Amino acid sequence: MTDQDAQPLRETALVDLHESLHARLIGFGGWLMPVQYTGILQEHQAVRERAGLFDLSHMGELFVDGPDAGDALASALVSDPRALAIGRAQYSMICAEDGGIIDDLIVYRLAEDRFLVVANASNASVVSDALADRLAGWNAVLDDRSMVTSLVAIQGPVAASILQPLTSVDLSGLRYYAIGEGTVAGVAALVARTGYTGEDGFEVFVDWDRATGIWSALSAAGADAGLIPCGLGARDTLRLEAGMPLYGNELDRATNPFEAGLGRVVKLDKPGTFVGRDALMRIASRGPARRLVGLVVTGRGIARHGYVVRDEEGPTGIITSGTHSPTLGRPIAMAFVHPKHAEPGTILAVDVRDQPVAAEVTQLPFYRRAR
Amino acid sequence: MAPSERRYTRDHEWVQLDGDVATVGITAYAADQLGDVVFVELPSIGRSLEQHATFGVVESVKAVSDLFAPVSGEVVEANAALAGEPELANGDPYGAGWMIRVRLTDASQVDALLDEAAYEALTRAG
Repeated sequence: MTDQDAQPLRETALVDLHESLHARLIGFGGWLMPVQYTGILQEHQAVRERAGLFDLSHMGELFVDGPDAGDALASALVSDPRALAIGRAQYSMICAEDGGIIDDLIVYRLAEDRFLVVANASNASVVSDALADRLAGWNAVLDDRSMVTSLVAIQGPVAASILQPLTSVDLSGLRYYAIGEGTVAGVAALVARTGYTGEDGFEVFVDWDRATGIWSALSAAGADAGLIPCGLGARDTLRLEAGMPLYGNELDRATNPFEAGLGRVVKLDKPGTFVGRDALMRIASRGPARRLVGLVVTGRGIARHGYVVRDEEGPTGIITSGTHSPTLGRPIAMAFVHPKHAEPGTILAVDVRDQPVAAEVTQLPFYRRAR
Repeated sequence: MAPSERRYTRDHEWVQLDGDVATVGITAYAADQLGDVVFVELPSIGRSLEQHATFGVVESVKAVSDLFAPVSGEVVEANAALAGEPELANGDPYGAGWMIRVRLTDASQVDALLDEAAYEALTRAG
C-alpha cells in the first residue's frame, strides 16, 4: 500500500493531531496518512462493535455544476447519475475507451444541477483531468476542491448516536447512500451515509481547516461510547471483509467492470453514449475472461497480493488482496481466477512461499452486518 | 546453570543461552514495528539451521517478515502455542512469545551478537 514517489508527500489538515496520537504515518496515494494508531486489530474491532474515526482527507472531491451536469457525467462515467434523486448517491466508475477502469467513484447528487464526485487519492488528479476533458462542450463546470476539502468518517454501529447530537442533519431520515447539508459541531458540512467498512457510518465533508474542530468534537463526543481513531490498515481489513474492491488491487486500467463483478454498475442502455461503451458492450456480450472471487484459506498460511492461485492443472489466477480477517479469525482473500472456478465451493490452492495452501471459493462479502 | 543475559541481532531477533541450548524470539521493537502478529510459521524439530538463514516467517495484518537464525544449530523445540495464539509475539515477546530452541553447534556465535546496550542504540538510531 505504500508508494515510493519521489514527490514530497501531501499532508492533511489533521497530520499534527495524528502525530500527537502516536499514529504510524506512511505514504499512500501521494499523501502522508495514518496506517494505525493503537493497532489494526483493535481499530478493526472498534468499527465492527462500536465506532471508529478516520481521516480520509486524501480523497479527491470534484464538484460538477451546471444545467448539463447530469448529462455530462452520464457521458463521462459508466453509471447514470441522472437517475439519482437529489440527496442520493451511487457507486460508479470512470473507464477508458477500452473499458479499463480509471477509477471507482461515488457520485452524490447535491442539487438538480450539482454533483459531487469522490475519487481515490492516487487517481484524483487523473480523474480530475479526465472529467475536465469529458465535460468540454457541455454546459457544466468542474471544480476540483480536493485540496480545500477535508473528509472525516465516523463508522460503526454507534456512529449515528455519536454524530446526531453534533449535527443539524436528521440522521434518522438520512438513508444509506444519501447525503445532507447542514452543520457538524457548528461548521458547515456535507454529511453522507456512506463508507468503506461494511458498517453503518457517515462521511463528513468540510472546509480544509475545519477538520481539526470536527475531529476533536467527534472524538470527545464518542470517547465514552468506545470511538477510537482508526487508520488505513483497519480500513483495508474492514473493506476486504465487506468484499469491497480497492483500486490498485482489484481494479486498475487493465481490468474492466464485468470481470471485477461490477457489471451492475455499468448502464449500457442509458440514453446517450459514454466513454468506453463500445468496448464494454463487447465484453458484456462475450463474457469476462476472468472473474473476481472471494477465497477463504482453509490451509495454514495467509494469501497475499500477488500470490499465484492454481488448480490441479497449474496456475489459474492471482490474489489481489489478502489478509487475516479479524472478524472471521481466518485468512481471507480476493482473487482473479478463470471463470470456470468462480462457483462458490470450488477448491483451489494458493502458492504461499512455494507451498500450495488450500483455499475455497466463497460468496462475497465475507462479512455482512446485521441490520 | 542460570540462563545468560539476552543477546540480539541486527535483524531484531533475541537469543538467550541455557547450557548449549539457545532460545530464540523476536524483540519487542520488532513486534511493535510489525504490529498485530496473526501468523507464525516455524521449522520442524530436528531441522538444522545455518546462522543468518531464514528459519520461519512471522506475519502481521499488513506485512510478511522472514525470521533469520541468529545462531547455527539443530531445532530442538518450536513454540506450539504460537499456532493458536500468535499474539503472544506482541504481548510477551521475551517470554511466552518465544519462537524456537536451538542446540548450538558453535557457542562463540552468541558472544559475537549485540548486547542490550548495543541493540538499544541500534533501535534508537532507527
